[in-house]
Amino acid sequence: MSGWLLSFVTFAPLVGVAFILIARGEDAVARRTIRWTALWTTIVTFIVSLLIWLNFNPNESGFQLVERHEWLGGIASYQMGVDGISMLFVMLTTFLMPICILASWHVEKRVREYMIAFLVLETLMIGVFTALDLVLFYVFFEAGLIPMFLIIGVWGGPRRVYASFKFFLYTLLGSVLMLIAIIAMYWQSGTTDIVALLSRSPGFPPEMQTWLWLTFFASFAVKMPMWPVHTWLPDAHVEAPTAGSVILAAILLKMGGYGFLRFSLPMFPDASLYFQPFVYTLSVVAIIYTSLVALMQEDMKKLIAYSSVAHMGFVTMGIFAMTRQSIDGALFQMISHGLVSGALFLCVGVVYDRMHTREIAAYGGLVSRMPLYAFTFMLFTMANVGLPGTSGFVGEFLVLLGTFQNNTWVAFFATTGVILSACYTLWLYRRVVFGKLEKSSLAHIVDMTPRELATLAPIIVLTILFGVYPAPVLDVFGASVENLMKTVQTAAAAAQALTTASLQ
Amino acid sequence: MNFLQNYDAVASLPEIVLACLAMLLLMYGVFKKGDANDNVTLGAVVSLAIVAALVIFTSEGKVAAFGGAFVVDTFARVMKVMALFGSAVAIVLSSHFMKRVKMARFEYPILVMLASVGMMMMISADDLISLYVGLELQSLSLYVVAAIDRDSARSSEAGLKYFVLGALSSGMLLYGASLVYGFTGTTTFPQIAAALSASGSSLGLVFGLVFIIAGLAFKVSAVPFHMWTPDVYEGAPTPVTAFFAAAPKIAAMALFTRVMISPFAAVAHDWQQILVFVSVASMVLGAFAAIGQNNIKRLLAYSSIGHMGFALVGLAAGSQEGVMGVIVYMMIYLISTLGVFACVIAMRRKGQHLEQISDLAGLAHNNKALAFVLAMLMFSLAGIPPLAGFFGKYFVFLAAVKSGLYALAIIGVVSSVVGAYYYLRIVKIIYFDEPAEKFDTLEGEVKWVAYASGAFALLFVGFANYLVNLAEAAAKSLY
Repeated sequence: MSGWLLSFVTFAPLVGVAFILIARGEDAVARRTIRWTALWTTIVTFIVSLLIWLNFNPNESGFQLVERHEWLGGIASYQMGVDGISMLFVMLTTFLMPICILASWHVEKRVREYMIAFLVLETLMIGVFTALDLVLFYVFFEAGLIPMFLIIGVWGGPRRVYASFKFFLYTLLGSVLMLIAIIAMYWQSGTTDIVALLSRSPGFPPEMQTWLWLTFFASFAVKMPMWPVHTWLPDAHVEAPTAGSVILAAILLKMGGYGFLRFSLPMFPDASLYFQPFVYTLSVVAIIYTSLVALMQEDMKKLIAYSSVAHMGFVTMGIFAMTRQSIDGALFQMISHGLVSGALFLCVGVVYDRMHTREIAAYGGLVSRMPLYAFTFMLFTMANVGLPGTSGFVGEFLVLLGTFQNNTWVAFFATTGVILSACYTLWLYRRVVFGKLEKSSLAHIVDMTPRELATLAPIIVLTILFGVYPAPVLDVFGASVENLMKTVQTAAAAAQALTTASLQ
Repeated sequence: MNFLQNYDAVASLPEIVLACLAMLLLMYGVFKKGDANDNVTLGAVVSLAIVAALVIFTSEGKVAAFGGAFVVDTFARVMKVMALFGSAVAIVLSSHFMKRVKMARFEYPILVMLASVGMMMMISADDLISLYVGLELQSLSLYVVAAIDRDSARSSEAGLKYFVLGALSSGMLLYGASLVYGFTGTTTFPQIAAALSASGSSLGLVFGLVFIIAGLAFKVSAVPFHMWTPDVYEGAPTPVTAFFAAAPKIAAMALFTRVMISPFAAVAHDWQQILVFVSVASMVLGAFAAIGQNNIKRLLAYSSIGHMGFALVGLAAGSQEGVMGVIVYMMIYLISTLGVFACVIAMRRKGQHLEQISDLAGLAHNNKALAFVLAMLMFSLAGIPPLAGFFGKYFVFLAAVKSGLYALAIIGVVSSVVGAYYYLRIVKIIYFDEPAEKFDTLEGEVKWVAYASGAFALLFVGFANYLVNLAEAAAKSLY
């Protein structure tokens, strides 16, 4: 069972694609069948992925459920496996997919292609987190651009063509250099096997690490996205359909953070230490600058997009502070942000479907017509601010705690971001939900439907659960992070010794 | 059967059989009363298939014949099968098209067959003389084929342009060959290699080398000898363009590879920098010049220039990995190109063939399968994983990085991003734009070529192992 579990979960959505292709016709009945097939595929995938969680031993730091086959004539391998770091992202993906499908229930335009694109995207996203070979990872990482390009371009808003091209070319340009780095690593070490590369001792020579680190950084920084290469994100978010935005914010952005933790830190520890101030600077600028930009937004989706960039700033800061708490916090923040930002986009989607505008100014006083919506939106607003008791708090707090040990000033500046995030999120909430319901267009707006509630309810439960009791998440990646810390600390000690030796 | 026991004849049996079959079909076409076109077309495809089987089954290992002028090794066999496949599919694609535009002449398949004999000669050439003979046999057929639509000014122009520039490049190649002969004292590749490793390079030899490379670069349409490509691609009838883009490119690239690796290995340092330049120029020009094109055949011409640049990245590496990269790249290029041209042939409304990119608008609405195939082929040509095109690029860059050509690899990947823009533009027109009128119903064979090519691009990940091992064996045989 465990020999092919990961492959099964990864490729299960493609089985759904096959079924959708078989479904004939273009009428309402066919559309209904297609929707249900997609929903059931994602639900089954989620249930099977729970088996990963069950079979996973959190006390073990290495990779589990590993499977391996020969591929590409021996210069690469098809190798899958999860450790504490990647397992949660797999779960996050499979958990959010049924919600995305449910949130797209009202899509009438080319339903078949829409569902196929999402299911293919799910396969590719899970593949990114389970691949244990650099080439295989790259294939999944880049292939995700194709369905996302189509999702933004076909089902997006008015400026969809511009946004889809920008998204595609930006991320492609960021990651092609990583391909050259992967090749250089292959010739240096003779393998693209991630397990072998991680356990290699000695690692790559420091000089080479610098270049490799920079190319990987270029790729992940664009994906993350970090300031100043974040500009594709607001466009892509605004134009993408609701479910597309959810996937973008909740999972695609996490690939950058995952990449840092999987490759940059353990494989190039010397370079990571060397570039620590650089990442700190970019992260702090991202946190403060994009928070200020978010304050000025007139478009709800754009505001949340900028808020995502700021929150990802916390993640990069936490990863590169390289203390146990900060990395724990960064990972937790990614999971939490995956839930909260996804939910916020769903909340925007709810009112967008009714009013067909994302202008903040077009709303106001929704609380009197939509109390249920006001409550849900409030909850996620608070989680986005990082209120204790929600999952947003745990991650941010741990990151700040860990960073503080390493660099007080960075932590100090980053904390202003927490205040700013309260400003823009609460202000957004006030403008949309509170106040008097004066606009005549809103006079007949109806509250959330059961379907919309069903999409948001699971996220509400997890957001509060992880806020009150974060242990299930923290325990999963505990051993793996511990292991990662060891690698980094050994390298740091060695670098220290080298500097001291050269000084004497 | 004394003749067949002759070693030389057995080694070149496929070429002899193909030449004989071509002449047989010519006789049939001339003397048959009425329309011979259908039968000749069918005969040509069958002949090419028979010859491909002969290539695979009649010889093993490395066989040299005709005093070392002709060599058959795994590399030659793989490339020959690819070239024959390209020719056969091109004929299949042309069968209905030629009838529709009232151009059905039985000479066309026969000319393609004769060109294929030339290609096989080129691939097996192990001597400067046989190289030239093979090249000219191929080129003379191609000149005629380019102008096959003799009543169309565009087609005649294409043929004439191709002829004049082709003759010029043949002249350069011949001049280079004579210089190489003058400075090494021999024309066979193994002896040139021996002479060069003994004495090293000289100024005269480098001049000869440059002229040979110029001639070969013309045949693969690499920058700066690419000028004929867009005009010929646009002017020639679409199935002819499909043929031009596929089989002759395979043969020319195989010849290029053998010439660089086999006789001139000792002076690799001299030709490597030339190839790096040619490759960079081709990739960059292919990426930028295609952006402004509105005619899909012109766009594909620039795209093919870019692809030749990528294949040359592998050759510039000058290693066994590099040759393997070239083979994998050409394999994927061949099948993708045939598929794309099948889609172009399918662009037909009310009996009129269309060539503007904007004619594809909203294809995803009218013909889902064809739109999907074309979009996947575009992503594949752009080199986006998990489609086949990515792996071709991966293998050539693998070789380039191993040989320390970092700058070349980086320029390569960056120009592939620029190139991605125009491929995406086609996807955008297919998927995002408002649907235009429907295309006419597709003919079966055009449809299946397109589908098969799309399936190849999509499923290459799955059977990559087999093809990569094949390419590896082929590359090994050259060393």
